[in-house]
Amino acid sequence: MAVLHRWAAVFVLALAAMTPAAVTAQGSGKPLRITITDGVIEPLPISIPPFVPDSPDAAQLANDITAVIAANLTGSGLFREIPRAAHIGRITNFNQPVTYTDWSAINSDALITGSAGTTSDGRIVVKFRLHDVFAQSELGAGQQFVGTRDDWRRMAHKVSDQVYARLTGESGYFDSKLVFVSESGAKNARRKRLAVMDQDGANVQYLTDDNSIVISPRWSPDNSQIVYTSYETGTPTVFVLNTGTLQKRPLAGVQGFTSAPRFSPDGRRVLYAAGQGGNSDIFVLDLASGRSQQLTNTAAIETEPSFSPDGSQIVFESDRSGTQQIYVMPANGGNARKVSQGNGRYGTPVWSPRGDLIAFTKMRAGQFHIGVMRTDGSGERELTNSFLDEGPTWSPNGRVISFFRETAGESGARTLYTVDLTGRVLRPVRTPEFASDPSWSALLP
Amino acid sequence: MKAGVILLCAAVALSACSRGENADDLFDQNIGGPGAGGIDPAAGFGTVIGPDGQPIEVSSIEYFNQVIGDRVLFPVDQSTLTAEASSILDQQATWLLARPNAQILIEGHADEQGTREYNIRLSARRASAVRDYLVTKGIPDGRLSTVPFGKERPEAVCSNESCWSRNRRAVTVVTGGLGA
Repeated sequence: MAVLHRWAAVFVLALAAMTPAAVTAQGSGKPLRITITDGVIEPLPISIPPFVPDSPDAAQLANDITAVIAANLTGSGLFREIPRAAHIGRITNFNQPVTYTDWSAINSDALITGSAGTTSDGRIVVKFRLHDVFAQSELGAGQQFVGTRDDWRRMAHKVSDQVYARLTGESGYFDSKLVFVSESGAKNARRKRLAVMDQDGANVQYLTDDNSIVISPRWSPDNSQIVYTSYETGTPTVFVLNTGTLQKRPLAGVQGFTSAPRFSPDGRRVLYAAGQGGNSDIFVLDLASGRSQQLTNTAAIETEPSFSPDGSQIVFESDRSGTQQIYVMPANGGNARKVSQGNGRYGTPVWSPRGDLIAFTKMRAGQFHIGVMRTDGSGERELTNSFLDEGPTWSPNGRVISFFRETAGESGARTLYTVDLTGRVLRPVRTPEFASDPSWSALLP
Repeated sequence: MKAGVILLCAAVALSACSRGENADDLFDQNIGGPGAGGIDPAAGFGTVIGPDGQPIEVSSIEYFNQVIGDRVLFPVDQSTLTAEASSILDQQATWLLARPNAQILIEGHADEQGTREYNIRLSARRASAVRDYLVTKGIPDGRLSTVPFGKERPEAVCSNESCWSRNRRAVTVVTGGLGA
């Protein structure tokens, strides 16, 4: 089994502002800005000429980093890369003044210039500048990132996040990870193990063996732990796994069949569902004291709890009305109000990290949908539609949702996808095996 | 398991016919113990002729699984026992009462038309319904345990009702205590 230590170990990413490029900014009023809305978005034309290698041995590295940045930005659906064949200008020196007319002539609103090189002690240095072509100025200061060679993709993600943030006014999501269930074998004897990878599918590493069924892994807010449900003890039990040491143990203080764990925003508590027989209620465990508090008490199936980002409310699913529906209650329990309003069954609610939306799985007329609605249930929108779409998880900035899709029949292939909030930018995330139950980490430090 | 049970009975009858006997005579000839007399073979001991014409010990797990039927099926999103399910569980209970050391694990399952977590809980309800029924029939609670598998372990892998109906099941697994 591959081991995870590397990324979880101490990782220093030096970040330093650099002096602006020699060209003086010619401000032309409003800064270049993409406004992310639920409406139609015209992707912003952007040019990403190859990063300049600082030395001949950095040529491959520079190309690879450029490719990852381009894939991140275009993959978001917010940017359209202008093909290199259309470029007039050539960036051959990171510090050369940019001839903006070369880029405005091809209607490129934004331009990224950069370089990549290695230091004498084997580390790599990545620099970039973001340009507002029509304003003929830099957008923010140039930056450099220093890290180990193994972390070159992370530096590309850091650059991507900076570009995304400067052009949208919102934080990015590229330097982040997905934990998921990696699946192999026949549909009636699936083997499952936890795996983690970069959000773009790179650097897959396995966290557990596949001797027991594992489901629903979720990150702690600081990415240091993962809670999940395992059948290791014979029955579904919530486990906690340290992402640095890979040590795992049943979550102390829980009883019965326990499942659907999720950390509180402060990382000090874990919500979960528990029940011995046919019943299931919502509980919250205080990790420091080991004390559990029961938050719901009905004969219904109540599960999949998720805190609001301010910690004041909990969204969960319950079939207390007869079918699976979504409810919101105060963080200490008490009156729950039904918020799902449409036709069909609703499950797996997850509160957006922005606080504005709840993502869910919806089952209606034999089809599955990933959808979002406001926290009072209004403004519901179905983002996807297939034989079986399930298990949404939010990107750290609340603008993208990952989920898994399963095809019908004996082959029953499960694949991870991402979809943006418009529902139009739908992409598979490649994994070595079948994959399900994604959970998106917070941005890495 | 309706189709399966009917098939089994038909096969027993067929094998009986081929020997010029009727099925009841087979039980009468071979069964001893508390159920002897042919009234309720599940409570008895001895040997019957199985669906494939081969003898099956009444005390064997094969008899429990194949002749009585080790599973009951449920309608979509339901955990209430049907009349047919209760009938199978009655026979299971009779057999289990006659074997007081048998330990029982009841697996709950669901079809794939639901979310993973909900289906685990739904299958827990199904396993619990079977457990509760067997307890009412006199099986001590301490002999029974349950595990909910949700849609994690389908028996049939197609994606239509012919498979889904087989996957919405609770399976009574005899895990030990039958002796040699």
